[in-house]
Amino acid sequence: MLNKQYVVAVKSIWAKEVNRFLRIWVQTLVPPAITMSLYFVIFGNLIGERIGEMNGFSYMAFIVPGLIMMSVITNSYSNVASSFFSAKFQRNIEELLVAPVPNYLIIFGYVGGGVARGLMVGFIVTLVSLFFVDLHIYNVLVLIASVLCTSILFSIGGLLNAIFAKTFDDISIIPTFVLTPLTYLGGVFYSISLLPDFWQGVSHFNPVFYMINAFRYGFLGVSDVPIVWSFVVIFTFIIVGYSLVAILLKKGAGIRS
Amino acid sequence: MNAIELQNITKTYRGGVTALKGVSLEVAEGDFYALLGPNGAGKSTTIGIISSLVNKSSGKVSIFGYDLDTQLELAKSQIGLVPQEFNFNPFEPPLQILVNQAGYYGTPRKEALIRAEKYLKQLDLWGKRNEPARELSGGMKRRLMIARALMHEPRLLILDEPTAGVDIELRRSMWLFLTELNKQGVTIILTTHYLEEAESLCRNIGIINQGELVINTSMKELIGRLDSETFILDVNSTSDLPDTTDFKFTIIDERTVELELAKAHSLNNVFKLLTEKGIEVKSLRNKSNRLEELFLELVKNGVIDAK
Repeated sequence: MLNKQYVVAVKSIWAKEVNRFLRIWVQTLVPPAITMSLYFVIFGNLIGERIGEMNGFSYMAFIVPGLIMMSVITNSYSNVASSFFSAKFQRNIEELLVAPVPNYLIIFGYVGGGVARGLMVGFIVTLVSLFFVDLHIYNVLVLIASVLCTSILFSIGGLLNAIFAKTFDDISIIPTFVLTPLTYLGGVFYSISLLPDFWQGVSHFNPVFYMINAFRYGFLGVSDVPIVWSFVVIFTFIIVGYSLVAILLKKGAGIRS
Repeated sequence: MNAIELQNITKTYRGGVTALKGVSLEVAEGDFYALLGPNGAGKSTTIGIISSLVNKSSGKVSIFGYDLDTQLELAKSQIGLVPQEFNFNPFEPPLQILVNQAGYYGTPRKEALIRAEKYLKQLDLWGKRNEPARELSGGMKRRLMIARALMHEPRLLILDEPTAGVDIELRRSMWLFLTELNKQGVTIILTTHYLEEAESLCRNIGIINQGELVINTSMKELIGRLDSETFILDVNSTSDLPDTTDFKFTIIDERTVELELAKAHSLNNVFKLLTEKGIEVKSLRNKSNRLEELFLELVKNGVIDAK
């Protein structure tokens, strides 16, 4: 197969993924907008006014980047996890397995779909946030790089989950018991400088903490951790996650007998 | 050139079940080949290995000369697979399913849309092209899977029980479609439980039993192995049937007779004797399909284990 045909193949997987989440937009694009509006109203407006400033910014301005990132993480992850697992469950993954598509293109296609949904939801949540706060961008490159890389990382995470999953329960366990706690404890709602030293140290073991801080730096120019470290952590996780997925697909784990 | 060459293929599943015990098989380009065998014999595993859905334990597979281990993508691009179970996304419409599938093989969207229209029209699905696939009837779903397998214009089409659960009219129209494809040069491998289907479509036949290829020959040669054939005769009277040891008559009712005719004898002799007795034959048909009789004979002789 020539490179041109590879491009057609990966575009086909990507287009199928994007069509899927657009077809069910009421389930995929609307809920984050509603949930985040509630966060903005309750935490930002009602409670935030009593909290005052955080790292020199209004509480609303402080939590907006974290909430956008939380939506991106959740949606990138769940898009790939549910789509790939459904393809396994309905066996239409076989359409791809019999075709001359190398495994890395399958990964690119599915991750591309997760990134598309993550970024689209991130954009929608950003638009919603404009009703509550004036957003200023401090460093657009850091902003774009951090949201893109985080979306890639969690799309890979979703794929990894889907490869191992045997039931629909298996694709909801990780988001509920791992992803949500990591996101909430990753500094969406607070600066870790408020925590005791011990818990500040523990927070540094949470990868989501680095992503939220990099993204917040892009908006506000403040971060609890050096930006370079944030990107080192994100890239390391991307490389490790991608390698794991590539090895598992090569072995045919969960998809070939 | 051979469309398929299997050399000593074995497959042992993780649970320890050995599905294939060294299957070797060659299918020539342009052939219409039937792969038969009882349930659990290893037919689907063989097809799974050829189409790379199942990892083989050992052996060598080549598709039109492309080695499955070293030239996987080239080998895969030669094959179109119609699996036994429906395995398309039920929420997608047929047109989208076909265009996506062509895309996976590198066919640009513009070309894919032209091919999709061609096959959807040929298989009488054009009117349903934008309906979700789950709303199609069973027969339509089967045809959709055939259309999908043809989207990249494969040289080898593998059909795993393509007419299971399909009514007779539709089955016959699918036979015509497949025969036409084969005439155009597409090599076809078919597994089926309808032995009439295998006999009327296929030139060569392989029978797998307990993971081994026990028969691999031409359909003609295999049918020629039948020692005798059984016919049902509708006659005007059964009261004075000829008394002969050359063939055996069994009266079913007063107007129907079963005739078991050994290969050494001809129907001419039967008609001659019946005419002498004043018995008219109104119609005649095989009791069952010849391949079916042979299959039962092979089971009886222990060649095939029909558990």
